[in-house]
Order: sequence, then structure tokens, then C-alpha cells
Amino acid sequence: MDGLDIPLNHILFISSLLFAIGMLGLMIRRNIIFILMSLEVMLNSAALAFVAAGAHWGQPDGQVVFMLILTVAAAEVAVGLGLVLQVQKRFKTLDMDHANRMQG
Amino acid sequence: MRKDPLIPGVYCHDLIQFNNRSGVLSMLEIVFFYIASLVALIATVMAMTRANAIHALIYLIVSLLAVAVIFFLIGAPFAAALEIVIYAGAIMVLFVFVIMMLNLGEKGDKQERQWLSPSVWVGPALLSIVLLAELLFIISDVNGPVSTSSVSPKAVGLSLFGPYVLAVEISAMLLLAGLVGSFHLGRRYLERDYGDERGKE
Amino acid sequence: MSKIIWLIPLMPFVGSITLMLFGKNLRRSHIGYLGVSSVGISALLTALLAIEFMQNQEVLETLVWTWMQVGSFAPGISFYFDGLTLVMMSVITGVGFLIHLFSTEFMEEDPSYARYFAYLNMFVASMLILVMADNLLLLYLGWEGVGVCSYLLVGFWYQHSANGHAARKAFIVTRIGDTAMALGLLLLFSHLGTLDIQVLMGKASQVWEVGENIPLIACLLLVCGAVGKSAQLPLHTWLPDAMAGPTPVSALIHAATMVTAGVYLIARTHGLFLLAPDAMIVVAIIGVVTSLMAAFTALMQTDIKRILAYSTISQIGYMFLALGVGAWSAGIFHLMTHAFFKALLFLGSGAIIHCLHHEHNIFKMGGLRTRMPVTFWSFMIGSAALAALPMTSGFFSKDQILLQAYQLPDLGPGLWMAGLLGALLTAIYSFRLVFVVFFGEANTEPDKDTEWRMAIPLSILCFLALVGGYFTIPVVDVFPVTGGSHPAHWVEYVSISVPIVGLVIAYFVFLNRRINIETLTTSSFGRGLGNLWLSGWGIDWLYDRLFVRPYYRLANLLKSEPVDVIYNAIVELNQLLNLWLSKSQTGRLRWYLVSMVAGLIILISLASNLGPGVLQW
Repeated sequence: MDGLDIPLNHILFISSLLFAIGMLGLMIRRNIIFILMSLEVMLNSAALAFVAAGAHWGQPDGQVVFMLILTVAAAEVAVGLGLVLQVQKRFKTLDMDHANRMQG
Repeated sequence: MRKDPLIPGVYCHDLIQFNNRSGVLSMLEIVFFYIASLVALIATVMAMTRANAIHALIYLIVSLLAVAVIFFLIGAPFAAALEIVIYAGAIMVLFVFVIMMLNLGEKGDKQERQWLSPSVWVGPALLSIVLLAELLFIISDVNGPVSTSSVSPKAVGLSLFGPYVLAVEISAMLLLAGLVGSFHLGRRYLERDYGDERGKE
Repeated sequence: MSKIIWLIPLMPFVGSITLMLFGKNLRRSHIGYLGVSSVGISALLTALLAIEFMQNQEVLETLVWTWMQVGSFAPGISFYFDGLTLVMMSVITGVGFLIHLFSTEFMEEDPSYARYFAYLNMFVASMLILVMADNLLLLYLGWEGVGVCSYLLVGFWYQHSANGHAARKAFIVTRIGDTAMALGLLLLFSHLGTLDIQVLMGKASQVWEVGENIPLIACLLLVCGAVGKSAQLPLHTWLPDAMAGPTPVSALIHAATMVTAGVYLIARTHGLFLLAPDAMIVVAIIGVVTSLMAAFTALMQTDIKRILAYSTISQIGYMFLALGVGAWSAGIFHLMTHAFFKALLFLGSGAIIHCLHHEHNIFKMGGLRTRMPVTFWSFMIGSAALAALPMTSGFFSKDQILLQAYQLPDLGPGLWMAGLLGALLTAIYSFRLVFVVFFGEANTEPDKDTEWRMAIPLSILCFLALVGGYFTIPVVDVFPVTGGSHPAHWVEYVSISVPIVGLVIAYFVFLNRRINIETLTTSSFGRGLGNLWLSGWGIDWLYDRLFVRPYYRLANLLKSEPVDVIYNAIVELNQLLNLWLSKSQTGRLRWYLVSMVAGLIILISLASNLGPGVLQW
């Protein structure tokens, strides 16, 4: 059954869609928890693109980069959620539009 | 059927197969891929639009699991496993804990629904669509199939501790920094109340 | 002796450093002992050296250490000692010692006693290095060293801004000459590859023919340096103003030693000048014009120190004339005798100023003959020597110069006539000074007479000014022999009689008042001429208009920094942009995210349109 395979650009297409959705979420949400979730979506879409590219070439490098992204995501979430707790303590809200004291 | 290349005593260069053979996937697997993709997209959209944080999180986990399926299908079983164990497992559980600690409740849901009015997201949606269009334009001339032979965890490990050892060390440092950072942010002495200042804003 | 020759400049140097470092903690008497004894030891060593030199006539060359080495160019801290050096060293250490001794009394009440002696010792050290150097670079070090010390000492009483102004003027005007001299050194080095004076002169005579252009240019540049340092036209304007310094300083630096450094330089490099006869003519003409100009100016001055300053300029003009006509040894001889009698006159005027509450105007003095006998006799002897009355030291040296000038072909008689006119004027102004200050009615009462520390140097210098003319300076081996035939006897008689005529004129005009010059001085022409002479031929005024004011105008123009307008505009533009951009910093996270995404879109669209290859798969 020659010709039955997954085209690379379909996976990249899905990856781009996920990225765009994540970015949309990033921009429209005001709650910091949702902002962090959107970030996770975007990171995940990038990871998908890497793994797909690695699979395209039959190389392990894509998965290696996936693991690095995983590391970054883990560290980011740990710090980010710590910040969420601090924001809640200080501003009594999770609305990022209220935490706007750093302005020019 | 794919054969498992993880045979003891076989070296890295044997395991990594440089081929672009096509037609190895069965029809069922192709269908699975598109279903998984659809699930991932829908779950993500749902996650982004929920008012309740826990609901959004569950959708997000579903999305991650669907991506894990895609990983498995395109020959990255190790990445699929990590996606499920670490992403959908560990990281999302962190979110759950934090949401539980914050105790947002019904009032938060109402607030969220209020914030998600169409006037808020029309502009960003336009921007996202433009960006998506650009990305699609760029990847439109990408051709070729995904290699269907799987890349084994062993090959990934050898690559990781071979040419990418420096990246591993940097990741270690990043994790340490994240550890120290989150420890610091959770300390009690940072618990001073800034509520009165907020009133001025 | 040759082994310890380097001790001679070292002693005052060490004295100076010690005074600089510990001067504040020393008692005044100790400062005096230290400052005087360091120069005294140098003078003693020089005397020993002189005795040895008289016996064996040995030329010494001593390398103390190599200063720096750049390829084959390795100037050393090395000393060259011959008859010329000996004369200069004797003058510097001998007269220097006497002036140091004099200063201990003169500066007794000054709060900066240690600073004064530190500068003065440093000056002696630098001057010794200047005359002992065996290469031009070391000579230049000493040359600049004395310049700095002169600057410091002219501005010694820096509390008055006029003194600081005079110091800066002295420094800057001499710097003009020094720059030319540095260029001359570079020119010589680039052509001959060495700055060692003896080697240089030997090489120059091999490489160049007489009358070639390059030695002429080099010599003229060296003359510029000499003119600046020795206060000759057109760079003489700093010396009268330099009288702002303490009077012993004027005696040591601005009469006896530093200002004669230019004469020494030309004499030391005479081998070069022999290759450039035109340069020598220039030197002679500068000398004679300067001496006349300064003599006329001295005639009208009322400040006792300015009279002496112009007389110094005039006398150095004679030395230049001597050098220019090739009468090297006569020039150096006049340098030495001038050092004696001019130091004597300056110290005498210092004594007067010291005892007359810092009065400088000679018309406010008068009748000091009986009240200050030591000073009176010093002035009499000094003026007699300055006017070159027969049998004084000045007579012998000036007579030699004039006779040798007369023998120069073509220009000779003209130079001789001018020199004679200068001699006549010299006699008139020097005895005008004596008659006005010491005779007539007393206008100011001195509150004290000189003590021994002033009297002894004055007495010794009196003796030297009288008998200095009988010394024979040991420079026969240094300079080529010039002159031969003796001029006619009437020439000699005329040169002898001219100063006496000057004395008689001065007597009748200023003391006896048999000749009345009222009508002359009150006529408009006489007044105009007098004012012109009083202002030193208006050269200061001319320089002020030619150089100083245009410079100030330029500086004023540049004060607003016209070039910086461009840079300021860039800064302002940046500040404007910053103001504008900082408004976009709202502190709202979602605003940042939207702008980031917009930027991302722009970047990607740019990158994907940059043509194939940028984002090609």
C-alpha cells in the first residue's frame, strides 16, 4: 500500500494551529493561571513541530529538543506558579491588568 | 508491521534508520492520526475558552494526550511517554495544586465569563489569524512524508549524552534555577501585604 | 674626580626632593642649611673639578646610565665635561650658591620658605643637567626643567593673579621657542641618526657642505629655542613680566643662568652653526637689534627690576652678537662676567627692595648712598661693569665682542656702530639708575640695612665683577680660533671712550642737571617716543592684538561648542524617542503580548519575503 503516510506539512499545520490558539488564549485571558496554560499550549505546539521534523529525517535530535522544551516548561511552570501565589497574596486578585505598576 | 529495533547489542547507527520509506502505516493508523489531531485542536480551543480553571485544565490534559498519540504514531514512542508522564502528569498536577490553593470558587467563574466578551478577543483573534496565515504560507512548500520507522529511546539517550551533553548540563542548571526560584517565591517573608498599595493603582 | 661628576647635579636634586617631601616638618634654620649646603657642596665639587681640569686639561665623558634604548638610538644620562661646561658649571654653582645664601635673608619672613628652596634647588639641578648633558635630548630635559622651575618661581607668590599671569606668560612664550627647538632636534636626528652633541657635530661636517639648506633650517630652529629661552626679539616679552618673582630668583634665573642657556646652546652646537653662515648672521642681527631695542626701553623704565630686566635682554643681545660673528669665547666670557655683575645688581636691588618695604619705583627712592653703603658700592661696581667702564669685568668682555664684530667682513662696521650705540645707552641708563636711587633727596626711609647673609654675597660678587675680566676662560680647545689681525687703534679707543661719554651724559642729565631735557620730554614727539619706549616699543600691545585677542575671540566662539550641536541634537532626538516609547510601556501584560505578536508577524513576513534561502526548507 504505497503512498499511505502522514505528510509532514499536515503535522506542521496542526502545530501551527495549536500555536495560534495558544497565542490567542495568551492575548485574551486576564487570569494569570490561564495565561500560563496558554504558554504550555504554545510550548507543546513547538515541541510537536520538533518531533515531527525529527521523525521526518529519522533522527533522534527532534526528541532531544523535545526533552529540552519539557525541561524549560517544567522550570517555567514551577516559577510561574510560584509567582501566581505571590500575585494572589499581594494583589488579592489574579487579574494581570491590575498588576501594572511597572510602567514608563 | 513495524519491528521493534530495541534489540540488545545493536549499536546506535544500526538503530537509526535513514530511510524515507512510505506506505508503512496502515490505513487505521492514518485515520487515528487525524482523529488525534482533531481531538487536540478541539480540546485546546475548549481549554482556552473555559471560565472554570479546572475544566480548562482537564481539556488541556486531553489535548496533551492527543499530542502524545500523534507522537506515538510518527515514531517517537519515548517522546509520547514523556508527554504523558511529565506534561500531562507532573506539570498539569502542579496546576491543579495551585488552583486548589487559590480556591477561586464561583465568583471567579463569573468574572472570567465577563472578561471573555467578544470585544476582548476580536483584535487578538485577527492577529492570531494573520500569524497563522503566515505560518501556513511558510509551511505550504514543505513536502515529504514523516519517517515511519520509530526512533528508539536508546538512540535518543545516546544522542542526548553524546553531542547534546552540553544542553543537558544547561537544562540541569535551568532546573536548579527553577527550583531555587520557586523555593524563594514560596517563602514566608515574601508574604507581606501590599493590599493598600493596590488601592492606589 | 671624573667618577663623582654626577654628584654635582645630584646634590641640589636630592636637596630639592628632601625639601619637597619633608619641608613642612623642618625648622626654618634647617631648611636654610639644607637648601644652601646642597648647592654649596656642588660648588665645592665644581671647584675641585676646576683645579683638576686646570692641571690636566682632560675632557671627561661619563655615562651614568642608559636613559632609554630604541634600536640604535640610546640617549644616556651621560655627562660631557670640557672647558665650556666648566665655565657654565662654575657660574651656576658659584653664583647660585651666593644667591641661595642671599635668599636665606631675603625670604626670611616668607611663609613658603621650604617651597622656595625646593624650587631653587631643583632649578640648579636642572640647569646643571642642561650644561653637562652630552646629548641634546638630555640637554632638552634640563632645558624644560629650568623652564618649569622658572614658571614655578615667577609665580611663587601665586596669591596675586598678576604673578600667575606673568608665570604663564613666561612659560607659554618660552614654549613657542622650545617647540621649534624640539623640531630642530627631530630634524637633526632624522638626518644624522644621533643626538650626541660631539658625534653630531662631527657627522654634520662630513655630511653637509657649508651653506646647505638642512643645517640652515636646523640651526634656525635651534635659534628659535635659544631666542625664546634667552628673551631675544621677538620672544623677549616674558622677561620683564617675569620680574614678578622674588628678586633673588630674578638674579639667578632671569639674569645669571637660565636666560643664558640659549647662548650656551648655540655655543655648544657651534659646529653646526659654522655650516650655516646665514644662521649666524641671523643670530648677530637678532642680537644687535635686541640689544638696542632693550637699551632704549631700559632708558624710560621706572621700576628698578624692569630696568635690570631690559638691561639683561640687552646684554644677552651682545652675547648673541658675539656668537653671530663667531666670537664664541668672547660670548661665553661676556656670559660669565654678565652673570657676576648682573647677579650683583639684582641682589643689590633685592637688598633695596627688602629694606624699602617692597618699593620698586626708583623715583620713590633716592639718597640711599649714606644709608645703605654696602648696597651703594655694590650698585656702583655693578653699574660700572655693566656700562663697561675700563678695568671692570664688563669692559674686557664687551670690548672683545665689539672688536671681533668690527672685523667681520661687510656687516662688521655696521654691527660695531650699533653695538657702540648700545654701549652708550647702557652707560646712560645704568648710571641714571645709580644717580636716581642713591643720590639726591631721600624719598623713602629704609627700615634696616643688609645683614651679613646679604652683605657677604654682595661683597664677593663685587670682587668678581671687578676682577672677573682678568680671568682666562679655558675654552681654547672648545672653539675654533677666530680673528687674527688687530683692528686699527682708533677703533679700540672709541670703544673705550663711549661708556665714559655715557657716564658723563648721565651725570649732567640726572645728577648735575646742567643739561635740561625738560623741553625734549615735554614736547609731543618726545612724550610719544618716551611712551613707546616705556611700553617696550609696544610689542606687548602688538602681540596682544595679533595673537592674544584673536585667540580669545576664537575661544569665545568655540565656547558655545558649535560642533556639539549635532551630537546634542542626536541626544535630544533619542530623549524624544525615549519619551514617546516609554508611553507605550503601560504595565499591562496583555498589551505587551499583543505588541510582541504584532512584532512577530512583521518579522516573519519580512523574513519570508527576503527571498529564497532565508526560510527555505
